[in-house]
Amino acid sequence: MSWQAVDRTRVPEEQLGPGLSEAVKEKIRAFFSRYPTKQAAVLPALHIAQDALGYVSLRAMKELAELLEIPPSKVMDVVTFYTHFWTHPKGRKTLLLCRSISCELLGAGKLKDAIRQRLGIGEHETTPDGEYSFMTEECLAACDHAPCLMVNEKMHKCVRPEDLERILADADNDRLDIPRSDLFDAP
Amino acid sequence: MPYEKILTRNVGVPGSTSLKAYQAAGGYEGARKALAMKPDELVELVKKANLRGRGGAGFPAGVKWSFLPPNRDVTYLCVNADESEPPTFCNRVLMESDPHMLLEGILIAGYATRTTIAYIYMRGEFTEQFHIMQRAVDEAYAAGYFGRNVLGSGYDIECYIHRGAGAYVCGEETGLIESLEGKRGWPRIKPPFPAVEGLFRKPTVVNNVETLACLPHILTRGVDWWLALGPKGSHGTKMYCVSGPVKRPGCYEAPLGISTRELIYGPDFGGGMRDGMKVKACSPGGLSMGFLRGDLFPKNPSADKLDLAQDYDELDCKLDFDDTRRYGLLGLGTAAAVVVGEDTDIRDVLVNVARFYAHESCGQCTQCREGTGWMYKIAQRIRAGAGRRYDLDLLAEITTNMGMMPGLSICGLPDGAAWPIRTLVQRFRREFERHIDAQAPGAVEQAIRRVNPAAYELPIVQGRAVAPERGSMSYEHEWSNAAGT
Repeated sequence: MSWQAVDRTRVPEEQLGPGLSEAVKEKIRAFFSRYPTKQAAVLPALHIAQDALGYVSLRAMKELAELLEIPPSKVMDVVTFYTHFWTHPKGRKTLLLCRSISCELLGAGKLKDAIRQRLGIGEHETTPDGEYSFMTEECLAACDHAPCLMVNEKMHKCVRPEDLERILADADNDRLDIPRSDLFDAP
Repeated sequence: MPYEKILTRNVGVPGSTSLKAYQAAGGYEGARKALAMKPDELVELVKKANLRGRGGAGFPAGVKWSFLPPNRDVTYLCVNADESEPPTFCNRVLMESDPHMLLEGILIAGYATRTTIAYIYMRGEFTEQFHIMQRAVDEAYAAGYFGRNVLGSGYDIECYIHRGAGAYVCGEETGLIESLEGKRGWPRIKPPFPAVEGLFRKPTVVNNVETLACLPHILTRGVDWWLALGPKGSHGTKMYCVSGPVKRPGCYEAPLGISTRELIYGPDFGGGMRDGMKVKACSPGGLSMGFLRGDLFPKNPSADKLDLAQDYDELDCKLDFDDTRRYGLLGLGTAAAVVVGEDTDIRDVLVNVARFYAHESCGQCTQCREGTGWMYKIAQRIRAGAGRRYDLDLLAEITTNMGMMPGLSICGLPDGAAWPIRTLVQRFRREFERHIDAQAPGAVEQAIRRVNPAAYELPIVQGRAVAPERGSMSYEHEWSNAAGT
């Protein structure tokens, strides 16, 4: 378990983590016109921030709060509610394994053991070289391809433990086969 | 295929996601027809078609639209593409293969409800699907199907995709609205219903992806064609999902009312079980709707009389809005079947189901937050070999005392959490009891002492460490000192 107890009222300036660049903020501002309130743009803003920084740092939360004109606590409220956002640094690629019933019936448990053994990390942890992070998630809505494993945006289907080596050896294992939209960056 | 493919006609067809391909197949004709009508006529038409929502509750879409207050300037349409119910994936298949069908449905529903902005709330894990949909939205804007003065009708509508970030409860309509407003996805207390006061406190319609995708077909082919499909009260086709150890897991389209057995064994559907296995259990309507016994159990000798108290094969349950209730399920749900083979321990299924709801409960109502976690702990203990017979009664008691049906919760998640666990305990009680009876003597005591070493000195009664009686040796040792007497 990688839970860190942080006294968020007295975090020294140098421990707030990276902040948002002006380009990222501009990207977030482009979403304002879609909603009648600025607060509604918090989810897209967090997606963009996490794509840019790799996680949502405390400084990013503060800056987002300023940008969206809401208290920082409300940003943290949203960050900690949704499982997609990380509050501590993650690796360049995230392995997201489905653990719901269809995948587990077809061997997601074995695959999870294989991943943990191969990478030597547990859930919500990152390999020492900063390449892979690992987490499990409830149903990824690809039960017909169970067990499924996502590497960033790319869904790998019907993954057996013996396929793991092939997936990890492929440097492009997170590249989509279809053209991407540039509204969000690739994580 | 004995059934005509309507919603799934483009599944697996290369190039089907482009606007050109969709228009070549007669796309956006339904929207043109709709825009020539008056909005209220359109609502009446959908009411007449009795299009029941495909998201789980089965509420008629036209009736939902007619709840909107007559005088309003701003109306929002939220498209629920937060498909998180295991093991449902029909919306993903639909958006992957036919994004414009959904967009046309949005345009029709938007016109009927005089929507100003439509938001497609798509779950965060849909990445590939997001890029496909976004591309389709861009194409539709460029072709004039969205934006100002759609197709020269004078009607304005904007359409945006809003990405979620992984929360099951955001599939609940008010949870979705809260999430769209940039808060955590905590469902709201109803009333006011979203139709009166929803997103940004304005009248809002929330519809499922599949419901909206039916609209273009109702308009182009007519209400009579639609009403001829499926049994009375459950019209139209449905995308059935089947997954688990079947030969052909996937999404198949058929009129409502096919049987669970056909979905698993039919050559056009699941194609039978792998390795000649038998079905132990099957949840035919998505996890929340509950489990049925499979054909591992003997057939009911009196075929016309239903007897849920006996261990009979229940795969004859028809998948429509009414017959599922007869079998003690919560409803049709998303019509996504997960099949549990005979080689699976039912205790593993219980743990997985309980964990899902314990993880996804939003934490707003006490009995759901605590109840789901409690059931998960009980399930884990039963699997670890330290179950107690009355744990099964306890599970049954917890499941009857949470949720909307006893009137205790804000949203329907605790009902969905209770139902699979209750039906598992009801229908597989004899198997659970067999496992519990086969436990090593003293397993419960050991499990308790592993958790709490202090319990070593305490007697354990009915699986619970209790304070010793006054006058016993352990009482004199431990408790008299602790009390400071």
